[in-house]
Amino acid sequence: MHPSPSIILFTSAAGAGYGLLFLLGLGAAQLLPPTREFGLAGLALALTLISLGLVASLAHLGHPERAWRAISQWRSSWLSREGALALLTFLPALALAFGWVVLERTDGWFALAGVLAALGSAATVWATGMIYASLKPVREWHRPLTAPLYLAFALMSGALLLHLLLALFDAPRAFAGALALVATLLAFGLKAIQWQGIAAEVPASTPETATGLGELGLVRMIEPPHTQTNYLLTELGFRLGRKHATRLRLLAYGLGLGGGALLTLLALAATGWPALLLTALAAAGGLAAIVIERWLFFAEATHTAMLYYGRRTGVAQAGG
Amino acid sequence: MTSLPATAPPKRLGLVIDLDTCVGCQACVVHCKEWNTGGYPAPLSDQDPYGASARGAWLNRVHGFEVGDGADSRTVHFPKSCLHCEDAACVTVCPTGASYKRAEDGIVLVDEELCIGCGLCAWACPYGARELDAGEGVMKKCTLCIDRIYNESLEEVDRIPACVRTCPTGARHFGDLADPASLAARLVAERGGHDLMPEMGYRPTNQYLPPRPRRTAPGHLGAPAALEPAAPQGGFLAWLDRVLSD
Repeated sequence: MHPSPSIILFTSAAGAGYGLLFLLGLGAAQLLPPTREFGLAGLALALTLISLGLVASLAHLGHPERAWRAISQWRSSWLSREGALALLTFLPALALAFGWVVLERTDGWFALAGVLAALGSAATVWATGMIYASLKPVREWHRPLTAPLYLAFALMSGALLLHLLLALFDAPRAFAGALALVATLLAFGLKAIQWQGIAAEVPASTPETATGLGELGLVRMIEPPHTQTNYLLTELGFRLGRKHATRLRLLAYGLGLGGGALLTLLALAATGWPALLLTALAAAGGLAAIVIERWLFFAEATHTAMLYYGRRTGVAQAGG
Repeated sequence: MTSLPATAPPKRLGLVIDLDTCVGCQACVVHCKEWNTGGYPAPLSDQDPYGASARGAWLNRVHGFEVGDGADSRTVHFPKSCLHCEDAACVTVCPTGASYKRAEDGIVLVDEELCIGCGLCAWACPYGARELDAGEGVMKKCTLCIDRIYNESLEEVDRIPACVRTCPTGARHFGDLADPASLAARLVAERGGHDLMPEMGYRPTNQYLPPRPRRTAPGHLGAPAALEPAAPQGGFLAWLDRVLSD
């Protein structure tokens, strides 16, 4: 599948924003600094990342001016549900921001708004994951772990950003660091299981089932239906060399586990500006790891329509 | 609404494609493009059509496959367009309501006024039947020539999809697959018509007729089982033949 920059930016930026909003919403009443400045910094960062992601997703559309129509089909479409949940989540998030930043209050109704914003964030990220998990033609996505992985990576990036913010405000941050550590290990642990599961799976669909000609023998393409490229080949037929895929996976693991997790661990033991530097580097490493993971999520995914071009899924990455 | 019709449509209009007779001439591809670029509702655009990297949206394409090995291998020309599935995920994933399945005859269509061009329906189609029109920014797909099949201003003979009308070998058949008496349904029953990628569970309406068994025995061609011996058998002529052959 084509690794479109707008969708990679959308899913990773909005994922980080919702992860941070989730933690701010849950922690507002008790755990986090109640000051106006912290509320402003945290919520502004979260809502900016979310808005940046949503705007980036519009760049992917053929008719962005009609995007408002996309919230109408929530009964059947995960994409519609994602859009509706994203917009709904702004309401409690803005209520929380009003209480925290304007009134400097995070108790009572504003604490409730925080919990609702957290629930909305989790639901939105779940819906994003389900868009991909529900697509049967892409076997690398149509798996039980796909949506949980979206949640895990959102939590990881949110916790890394929260840890950085708390270091910036010199506030107690052990819980955020520990959470960032656990979430990073969880996300990449699940991702390793996902990658292993995909590699071990024998694809159910083959050129033989796609054409129904399996009884006559193996099916090979001898004549493509068109001489130049087309939408199907550029959108669904992206090919990534196995050599590059392996290197990029190692880079994602390195940045995620080495950068995100290890530096967070060191930051937990540090104070002052070294702690600030370490949390910043941990956040940068973790987010970069997620961008690479997200690029691979698309680039390595194969679509059954390519079976009609003689490409067997499972070996499609062997080229290049 | 992009939910599927609550009850199965009374008619299931679709195509039956005969992989035995298709010769891969591409006439159906060209007529499809010609009809749909001139008809409802916007042209089927091409980009750089006369340049070195011509590309564009087409609703019907013919793939060429080789199947089997050695003397038993064969070439199969394989036309592919929207299969108007009963369980059409391209419809249910649509966020705007642009993609829909008609309750009366099961035809799957895109309302181009509502389409935002997100491309999710193309991802959801296992068959690669939908192509985004780069000129219009909306998704395009086979309409089963809905502007022909119900069009009373056309001669009755023309009220079939353009691809079926134009096929010179009679490899494409149009009909109601829900009606067991229709020619299309009878062909499927007689020739063992099958679904594409049944494991996906989309329950496509269009059916494919497999190539007929290869005719290798002489009897299949109406020839005698063995040739009569050319040389005389016994008697004077056989003796003469033997003498002259030495």
